Amino acid sequence: MFQALANPQRFMDFSRWAAPLVGIIAVILIAMGLWLTFSVPEDYQQGDTVRIMFIHVPAAYMAMFCYACLGGASFMGLVFRHSLADAAGRACAPLGAGFTFLALVTGSLWGRPMWGTWWVWDARMTSVLVLLLLYIGYMALQAAIDDEVKAARAASILALVGLINLPIIKFSVDWWNTLHQPASIFRAGGPTMPAAYLWPLALMAFGYMALFGSLWMVRVRSEVWRKRANGLALQAAG
Amino acid sequence: MLDLDPGKYGAFLWPAFAISVLVIGWMVVDSLSRARHWRKEVERLEALRSEAKDPSRP
Repeated sequence: MFQALANPQRFMDFSRWAAPLVGIIAVILIAMGLWLTFSVPEDYQQGDTVRIMFIHVPAAYMAMFCYACLGGASFMGLVFRHSLADAAGRACAPLGAGFTFLALVTGSLWGRPMWGTWWVWDARMTSVLVLLLLYIGYMALQAAIDDEVKAARAASILALVGLINLPIIKFSVDWWNTLHQPASIFRAGGPTMPAAYLWPLALMAFGYMALFGSLWMVRVRSEVWRKRANGLALQAAG
Repeated sequence: MLDLDPGKYGAFLWPAFAISVLVIGWMVVDSLSRARHWRKEVERLEALRSEAKDPSRP
């Protein structure tokens, strides 16, 4: 399937109907997730601040997932020179930066009442801040070099080097002492969270994932059109 | 029944949701407006090209 969709025309035909369809699925999942977010009982220790978890945790998942996609696209672009790989990477970066920013800000707003501080330079928070800087660096590098091929290559190398940050983020709560709680969902022995909280969390996480999928397709489509427009403008000028 | 009264935590809860709405709204609007802009640009350039090829066309 990936091989088939690496062809720009096939991707455009597929995403023409898939992007709005996935977008509608995202809206439904997020609406259901938000309904449950404000329906579940408050936590006996955290009170109503537990509801921030339903937007913070999915944003944090997506921050890492988008970067994994960016790394995958960069690898495909560097090694296999797929025609859509650069567009796929360019489409991931601003969305991933947005989710990372959300993870940091909502985490800070959750941390202040629970930990008594907006921010500490511990491993989890610092590594997520580094992730945001990697996204910004990728976009800045793409914008700074005029030759698009060279820009894509430089930014892809940066993205691949930055992949090392993903396991650091994931395992930072196990490797170092941190204010951040350890994994409570994806862990050996199953989730420690009550089922009442798992449902809204899962709906919001899948909703954010679908939202990313839809917007990613829209942004790849704009990249294909942008390249086509640049080609046509060059033809007109020549 | 929805619980929309976070009490003393409202000062943290509502900004978290408001910022999420703003950032996600920006992602949606920016993605759609970019796509629309470049699609229109391609259509404009293609129309110019076909006009240049066949000047008799209106």
